[in-house]
Amino acid sequence: MSALLEVRNLKKYFKTGGAWLHAVDGINFTLNEGKTLGVVGESGCGKTTLGRVILHLLEPTDGQVIFDGKDWTNPKKTELAKMREEMQIIFQDPYASLNPRMSVSEIIMEPLILQGKLSKAQIREETVRLMDTVGLAVRFGNAYPHELDGGRRQRIGVARALALNPKFIVCDEPVSALDVSIQAQIINLLLDLQEEYGLAYMFVTHDLSVVNYISDDIMVMYLGQAVEKAPAEELFDRPLHPYTKALLSAIPIPDIHNQTKRIIMQGEITSPINPKPGCRFMDRCQYISPECANPQTLEEPSPNHFVACCRSNIINT
Amino acid sequence: MNETVSWRKKSRFAETWRQLKKNKVAVICLFVIIAVVLIAIFAPVIAPYSYEKQDYSSVYAPPSAEHLLGTDGLGRDILSRLIYGAGQSLQLGVISTAIASVIGIIIGSIAGYYGGWKDNLIMRFFDIYQSIPMFLLCVTLAAVMGPSLNNATLAIGIGMIPGPARMMRASILSIREMDYVESAKAINAHSSHIIRKYIVPNAIAPLIVYVTMSIGMNVLAGAALSFIGLGAQPPVPEWGAMVSDARNIMRDHGTLALYPGICIMIVVLAFNLLGDGLRDALDPRLKN
Amino acid sequence: MTDILLEISDLVIEYHTDDAVIHALNGINLTIKQGETIGLVGETGAGKTTIARSIMRILQTPPAKFCSGKIVFQDQDIMALSEKEMRKIRGNKIAMIFQDPMTALNPVHRIGDQITEAVGLHNHVSRAEAQIRAGKMLEMVGIPASRFKEYPHQFSGGMKQRVVIAMALACNPILLLADEPTTALDVTIQAQVLEMMRELKERLGTSVVMITHDLGIVAQTCNSVAVIYAGEIVEYGTAEHIFDYPSHPYTIGLFNSLPKLGSRERRLKPIKGLMPDPTNLPTGCKFYDRCPDATKACSLCSPDIIEISPGHSVKCIMREVSS
Repeated sequence: MSALLEVRNLKKYFKTGGAWLHAVDGINFTLNEGKTLGVVGESGCGKTTLGRVILHLLEPTDGQVIFDGKDWTNPKKTELAKMREEMQIIFQDPYASLNPRMSVSEIIMEPLILQGKLSKAQIREETVRLMDTVGLAVRFGNAYPHELDGGRRQRIGVARALALNPKFIVCDEPVSALDVSIQAQIINLLLDLQEEYGLAYMFVTHDLSVVNYISDDIMVMYLGQAVEKAPAEELFDRPLHPYTKALLSAIPIPDIHNQTKRIIMQGEITSPINPKPGCRFMDRCQYISPECANPQTLEEPSPNHFVACCRSNIINT
Repeated sequence: MNETVSWRKKSRFAETWRQLKKNKVAVICLFVIIAVVLIAIFAPVIAPYSYEKQDYSSVYAPPSAEHLLGTDGLGRDILSRLIYGAGQSLQLGVISTAIASVIGIIIGSIAGYYGGWKDNLIMRFFDIYQSIPMFLLCVTLAAVMGPSLNNATLAIGIGMIPGPARMMRASILSIREMDYVESAKAINAHSSHIIRKYIVPNAIAPLIVYVTMSIGMNVLAGAALSFIGLGAQPPVPEWGAMVSDARNIMRDHGTLALYPGICIMIVVLAFNLLGDGLRDALDPRLKN
Repeated sequence: MTDILLEISDLVIEYHTDDAVIHALNGINLTIKQGETIGLVGETGAGKTTIARSIMRILQTPPAKFCSGKIVFQDQDIMALSEKEMRKIRGNKIAMIFQDPMTALNPVHRIGDQITEAVGLHNHVSRAEAQIRAGKMLEMVGIPASRFKEYPHQFSGGMKQRVVIAMALACNPILLLADEPTTALDVTIQAQVLEMMRELKERLGTSVVMITHDLGIVAQTCNSVAVIYAGEIVEYGTAEHIFDYPSHPYTIGLFNSLPKLGSRERRLKPIKGLMPDPTNLPTGCKFYDRCPDATKACSLCSPDIIEISPGHSVKCIMREVSS
């Protein structure tokens, strides 16, 4: 099976003052049709920026985005229109990502109107179908987003993303602003849609239990770089990178008899401004050695399991 | 499935009115303003006398059935002059605000949306502009252009540009960063669509409030210009000019200054309180 | 009983807005024992924060309206105290940590001064002494005393929350109300802060009310748990009881809607529907609409809270019948 999306050495630097912030620093991955890549990391690790750069909402500094065999790194205007139909995004905060001055039906219709391929009546019909698909009663068409609860608002966001029939959707923390019981409703909806339309997701989140549940592969990011990438089960069963280990152990588990010993990391995440060439996790790592100051590369110690740690062999034996 | 697909959009106007109705003070103010506008329009019909009809037989007459508010030093009916004056004062307030808002909004939008050197240039220019006392600027402009009502209106309009411009720029800057603007880019919306459907509707609410309030402010500024003789020219009555006319005889006939003064106060207050009410009514988050 | 620190009985609180009455708390009964950590679990709008704010008596009135009930803290009815007497308790014997550390600190004051002020407010000590204590507090929460003179913006989110905790603990409170103390933090930082809170609690013997929506945090930190739904406690018990034998359909639903680490079933089991509108609560069981086991009787009257085993009570008519 050929990859639907291939990201090669993607970089996004921001200029802050006189320095460069390496928000995304050399990310590689491939994603197949109908699959989900979970991208996990703490705030400031560049996971949100990564999604924006892939969708070309931000210009990449370097690297390539290849979708369905086409290089869409720097799309022309006509290509961009096509690209927006194929790749969509669901935002984190359903309170901030919906225009408060538009009604629900207007929000869902808008992409279709801008696309300009359907007649007015067809757009209406399609909007009704979309609302039905995401489980929004048609009577809410007239309502404004602020009149609805968080779960329904997020359904509006999902419907809008689906409107153009994309093949790939970046889900940028789509459930982290929602309550647990509503969270489960939205996750189920996303899974149903994936099954029905064969969607590929890039699921960006800091919530590890959610990402484990929804993803096929998981990529762990730290300060703009991927430190580990593996199939979901493999990653949770056999994490290799010290950061992944600490991250996994930090998740509070809702099970009273199974409280494992937590790895309490020292210090806090810094920001990748003019980073040194070595391992970016070095300062917080308990296994530090002089080689860590050299640039780290992603190695593949077992099939499909990649880790960027020069000491992973020593740590994990 | 196709039960009742009749998405008729609640009009923004109806929605705002529904919210505004809850605020009794604002509604009263709105009616006061409508009344003043009607009085200004129908002044020739309503006013018992012409504003310039002089009657030397009754100079400084006290209120009577004939002259409800008395007469001034030339025997002109005060009430009639107040009624005619409404139009002049409103013109000063409304048209000058319109001039300031249109120019200000355009300049502010350019600064806010494009940013960079354009923003810098415009903003530094306004910094200099606003370091000149506003009223002094209006006075200078009005004096240069020559004393007349229209010139005073224009002078105030030009003097007031930085207010709405800065306001527009600030709202655009904050709206540009919102997720929903990004979501519009994600569906391949053009700049013009984003400005029309996203930025303007969201930026307009605070502007409406600001503009409403600045009408009051500009009525006051216009009255002040007229007071120093740079606004409406005699014999055309204007409230500020009427106060000015009355200042020499204030000791003996204080009411001559009082009546136009009260009129100015009522109109300014009405616009300010209406602006306050609109602020609440236009906030979509407060609706329920 | 001497080991009861705080007892809330029949607390009813409403919020009055222009055109509606929000029934925030509808008869809360809760006891907090000396030295325990009790978790208040529930979704947004369930009334968790209102409980904490009424214990602190920092609810804005209006719109909040205290309708009935009692909050007895160390034999004093908090609701009956004068504001002056309350000030002696607030921040001194009972302290609160808020969700957002960014807004809890004054950006224009040095953090050391802010802690010193908190110490000085309730203790008659000299400024120098208060400063020494403040420095100790900082070190206790894992911040070197050398950062005493820095401003809040020089600290990261996790560090700020540590400062907030240091301030809350500055007067050795007997009861600490923690309102989602780690929700704004990343998991690894959350782990640090929770670990630190656990250590401090052990050392100082403080009772803690942990308000959270995260059952994982409850499992990790709490001795007992109260599950709150639409302004009522629907289930109360020791953490073991609640996690091993969740008995209210809502509690069961909450557990089911969590994605479990390790298990990879293809569907989560969410609770259907939404929490009822707090301005228009149903007469019967508040969970009736969403409950998979609902019967006709459930819609008619609100069930009593019944002890189904020692120390474990449930507000559900089905358990009433079976016990």
